[in-house]
Amino acid sequence: MGHAFVSPIREPLITGRKTYKQITDDICGPVEGPPTKSWLAAISFTAVVALIGFATIGYSILYGIGTYGLDRTIGWGWDITNFVWWVGIGHAGTLISAILLLFRQKWRTGVNRSAEAMTIFAVMCAGMFPLIHMGRIWLMFFVFPYPNSRGPLWVNFNSPLLWDVFAISTYFTVSLLFWYAGLIPDLATVRDRVTGKWQKMLYSIFSFGWRGSAKEWQRFESLSLILAGLAAPLVLSVHTIVSFDFATSVIPGWHTTIFPPYFVAGAIFSGFAMVLTLMLVARKLLKLEDYITIAHIESMNKVIVLTGSIVGVAYITELFMAWYSGSPYEGYAFRNRVSGPYWWAYWAMMTCNVVSPQFFWVKALRRNVIFTFILSIFINIGMWFERFVIIVISLHRDMLPSAWSYYVPTWVEVTIFIGTLGFFMTCFLLFVKVAPVVAVAEVKSILKTSGDQYITETPEQVEAGIKGLAQSSGHYESLIKPQYDDE
Amino acid sequence: MSSPSKRILYGLYEDEEILLKAVKRARAEGLQIWNCFTPFPVHGLDHAMGLKDTRIHTAGFAFGATGTLIALTFMAWVNTVNYPINFGGKPNLSLPAYVPITFELTVLLASVGMVTLYLYINRLAPGAKPDILDPRTTSHLFLMGFEMDESATAAQLEDVRRVLSETGAVEIAEKTIEDPEDGAIRQIF
Repeated sequence: MGHAFVSPIREPLITGRKTYKQITDDICGPVEGPPTKSWLAAISFTAVVALIGFATIGYSILYGIGTYGLDRTIGWGWDITNFVWWVGIGHAGTLISAILLLFRQKWRTGVNRSAEAMTIFAVMCAGMFPLIHMGRIWLMFFVFPYPNSRGPLWVNFNSPLLWDVFAISTYFTVSLLFWYAGLIPDLATVRDRVTGKWQKMLYSIFSFGWRGSAKEWQRFESLSLILAGLAAPLVLSVHTIVSFDFATSVIPGWHTTIFPPYFVAGAIFSGFAMVLTLMLVARKLLKLEDYITIAHIESMNKVIVLTGSIVGVAYITELFMAWYSGSPYEGYAFRNRVSGPYWWAYWAMMTCNVVSPQFFWVKALRRNVIFTFILSIFINIGMWFERFVIIVISLHRDMLPSAWSYYVPTWVEVTIFIGTLGFFMTCFLLFVKVAPVVAVAEVKSILKTSGDQYITETPEQVEAGIKGLAQSSGHYESLIKPQYDDE
Repeated sequence: MSSPSKRILYGLYEDEEILLKAVKRARAEGLQIWNCFTPFPVHGLDHAMGLKDTRIHTAGFAFGATGTLIALTFMAWVNTVNYPINFGGKPNLSLPAYVPITFELTVLLASVGMVTLYLYINRLAPGAKPDILDPRTTSHLFLMGFEMDESATAAQLEDVRRVLSETGAVEIAEKTIEDPEDGAIRQIF
């Protein structure tokens, strides 16, 4: 028990010699004050963008999918591209909280709460696209297997599109539960600090009456661990199943067994990029540099260079297999990808996803905030192009050359996509204002192993510090003898 | 459920390691600890206090297994009994195709079931208003409390106060709060 003294090789994850009180003040402070002018301006803008997006969704429901640039050859365009892109972004949060919890990576505590929030908002954006792409959205309940008067005619349990319904809705539900279960103690911290009548009432409602008793924490830890154990394979399953939408079809360019791992790596890649894009801004505005340190940014950049390289290997493997398979259709599909009418999309993808993350082999660049921010935007764009390349280029030249076509999105598709960006940003801005952005309780629990004062000082110095604290409040010295037994 | 009033004598500590030692000392002196409140999970505190392990993970397994069974039996029943369709002569009972939905439903039921149970046994619900001894225990102070019923003598009270101050409590106070008794389910989990 007690603080396990960590070798100084480990970089501190909490800087500024924080005490527990300071951690609470730093993280809960921005939540309690009135909203700043810049926050109000930002959220007004994003909310207007979101509303325009929703109005356009209404327009496309009213007039039908004919308002899109799709035709008989190209049945999936920006809609499914956006769906897959958003689901991919939604992979970082649960990966950080679940898989990194199982791997005991302490740096996750700085970013997990906001990354999970991003997951939830991104999956909400993702879920909109298949729904509106149904065309007749009022019949969406047909996707659920319920006893009906049509036979009963059941949904097709052998179809990856139905698996997707289960995968996305389960992923959303479990991510939401995992996120909120972790948020309850932190909301209780805010509840016990705010003084305003309305604030007190709202935080009392949303903190569910948390007290922080020993038994509550014991159950909390057990629940977190089991939910992490369940969510870890779930994260991997979601994009695997999304990739089945393509891989189980017989379209050249889609029909490959490499898709599941390649999609999962791509999803983690884009998810981390989006977390970096938003957190680098939030870190600056909310003054969280002591909690989201350069060490955190470097760790995330290492994940980016790993997953980016996996994605790169997958792209090259696809090209190799197209040649090695000897199938003329596969061969043509990939020649067309690289040098067909959409060559620019393919090369935008290659540049952003394969070339750009390689800069992160250089330590100085991994630790450079501005460079990381710019690169994260490149990756967001590149991963959007990846989905566009897979979907549109594979479809636009099918087996019947007279049906070949060229797809250009209409203003409806573009506006809906920008609208979801606005919705995502609005949700995120609301979240940073009403809830602690960093997991307060979890950060406190790693202070003794990852706080800078505990890493840089020798055990004797730390001991003397505690002793000083004890003596100043009149404690018995015998009680603070350094004796860390593990019963 | 009845909500009996309890008179609690408690001490506040500034560090989790001081609290842990205080808990061990109090138990060694034969005192019965009522409860401890901390701003974050303190490893080893539950064992130091002599709390039983939670069984919430066992419940999670049961919920998950229910999901597995429901998914498998339902899909098998639809495809073989209720609405068998001939897909080019392929078998109706195609287990590999059931794997994704079975997995998703297992995870879904395990998570939803466990979180529901967790909220219930911890008395967590929107708007629940617990009696809190000191609001600083969700921020930076660590609390160890002892229940002092009417029969407690002045000597017993003095004894508890002595242990609290000797173990390094920075504040010692007394408060009467509502604290409902745990029923059978809360005791099991």
